[in-house]
Amino acid sequence: MNEARAEAQLQNWAGGRLQPGVSLRQCRPTRRRVWRDRRNTALIILGVVITLIPVVMILYQITSKGIRTMDWEFLTSSMPLSFRREGGGFLNALVGTLIMVGLATAVSVPLGIMAAVYLVEYGKGNWLARLIRFFSDVMTGVPSVFVGLFVYTALVVNFGFGALMGAASLAIIMMPIIVRSTEEMLKLVPGELKDASYGLGAAKWQTVTKVVLPSAAPGIVTGVMLAVARAAGETAPLILTALGSYQLTARLWDQPISALTLAIFDGARNPFAAGQARAWAGALELLLIVLIFTIVARVMASRSRFKR
Amino acid sequence: MKEQAPDTQAMNSPVASSEATSGGTRVYAQEVAPPVTLSVAGVSEEGRATGSPAEPPVFSVRNLSVYYGKNLALKDVNMDIRPRRITAIIGPSGCGKSTLIRCFNRMNELIPGARVEGEVLYHGENIYAPGVDPVVVRRHIGMVFQRPNPFPKSIYENVAFGARINGYKGDMDELVERSLRRAALWDEVKNQLKKSALDLSGGQQQRLCIARAIAVEPDVILMDEPASALDPIATTRIEDLMQELKQDYSIVIVTHNMQQAARVSDETAFLYTEVDEATSARWGILVEFGPTSRIFTKPLDKRTEDYVSGRFG
Ligand SMILES: Nc1ncnc2c1ncn2[C@@H]1O[C@H](COP(=O)(O)OP(=O)(O)O)[C@@H](O)[C@H]1O
Ligand SMILES: [Mg+2]
Repeated sequence: MNEARAEAQLQNWAGGRLQPGVSLRQCRPTRRRVWRDRRNTALIILGVVITLIPVVMILYQITSKGIRTMDWEFLTSSMPLSFRREGGGFLNALVGTLIMVGLATAVSVPLGIMAAVYLVEYGKGNWLARLIRFFSDVMTGVPSVFVGLFVYTALVVNFGFGALMGAASLAIIMMPIIVRSTEEMLKLVPGELKDASYGLGAAKWQTVTKVVLPSAAPGIVTGVMLAVARAAGETAPLILTALGSYQLTARLWDQPISALTLAIFDGARNPFAAGQARAWAGALELLLIVLIFTIVARVMASRSRFKR
Repeated sequence: MKEQAPDTQAMNSPVASSEATSGGTRVYAQEVAPPVTLSVAGVSEEGRATGSPAEPPVFSVRNLSVYYGKNLALKDVNMDIRPRRITAIIGPSGCGKSTLIRCFNRMNELIPGARVEGEVLYHGENIYAPGVDPVVVRRHIGMVFQRPNPFPKSIYENVAFGARINGYKGDMDELVERSLRRAALWDEVKNQLKKSALDLSGGQQQRLCIARAIAVEPDVILMDEPASALDPIATTRIEDLMQELKQDYSIVIVTHNMQQAARVSDETAFLYTEVDEATSARWGILVEFGPTSRIFTKPLDKRTEDYVSGRFG
């Protein structure tokens, strides 16, 4: 009688339920549950694999094709004057990328961080904060070629192509990414830490510079890295602002300048094997630069931070 | 109660003052300094005697009310905090203990929508007067919080923080050591000052927070349930430390632990929640304030008696 009731109870619950007189071993997960568990695990793994396939293929292609042409000469010399000719390299493009991304970073990082600090610590919900947030959101969604067009009409038409124009377009692209990612990181800083700082008689700006920003630094660095990687990979806005060039130059204005992405684009769309080979090597070079930059930034961020 | 009440207290002492008529059953039993009998190990009677009754109060709270937005959170509090004593604020949770203690160093201002009415006189000067900078107030009145909140920096940098931002010109190493010694933490951390403060145990972190507060050489230390997140041993250490510290500092401590209040404090304030039946709005009031020994043995108010005897409500 009692056992029958226990049995009946067990039926009502998937896998059975512990009752007086029922051993734990009798309560087994049902076959259905075990099967579902395996199926879901398999689906998740499948998802991960599918996501990884294109990434791995891109990395493999770039590395295997790029490495053939990537040598000391490629790294240290500029474009030959014809796509047909072998030899030469992308030094001019590398210099252009470093100058333009460097300038854009130097401008957009401090401005972006200051804007984010304003959003979180000063403006909160006021109209200026809402305006900044709105424009940041819109700007992150704007196709980068529009940014290029904007800089073209606003600056290039008057001052000509050049590194400064390219840097300006890259900075415009980086800024909203930095603002929004920094804002999210600043919001994560515990209020308790700010309280501790204020409780010691710190003024607001001291709390921001000595407590809030250092605590959020690792996250901010991650956001900056994303923005830099994005800028280093931009092509369309540079076509309209830096134009591209075969010459090695470090001039900031009055002269078109190349960038790795521009040189890759140029090399890849011409029909000559030598030019295409250089494009692959350029892609590998760009990939390595972004990778090295990412690693260095990560290491720096983790050095400056204490583990929780 | 052999001593004479000083003028400032005669005003609202004892039971039947003008407040009693306006506020109904509220009682301000500010009797004069206790020849307290609660014995606390390791504390000399001289330690207690330093805050002589003739000494003017560190804080005089006058008709203090606090609002969060439109909601009244604390209504019409009046009390005097004596120098170099430990004043405990007890009461059920949500009655406004934290709200009250945050009024003493203007921390409430950091909460959007919080508004303070009335006065908090610090050595006779209203800290809410126009022209008083809250930053300056907080430099004199330190605070230790409920959850240990060390900065994610080294132990050394945590202690040095307040001094650095306040432009301390002296020997920083010496200040850090002195503060850590004062907080009874030096021996445990002297060989690892460069280590992250977050690697310390909860109790050590809380003592570090006390060291950090002491390092700016404040006059008063406010502690909001400083031991509530700690285990009993760490709690005992904090309590011992408070006894040490009260020789130099005035201490106000919030606690929901009545035994703790009875063990450590010289005076106790009991806060309670009043409910408006019609609107079911609730706010905190100061029910009774006096020497700890009396609050716990001969409370004047029924609610205090119910609370301290564990019959709540
Ligand atoms: N930041 C805040 N915003 C709005 N209301 C608050 C805030 N902090 C506290 N309160 C309200 O004030 C009352 C007292 O809270 P608090 O001072 O924290 O009580 P206690 O510390 O005694 O538990 C509570 O009703 C609480 O809801
Ligand atoms: Mg509280």
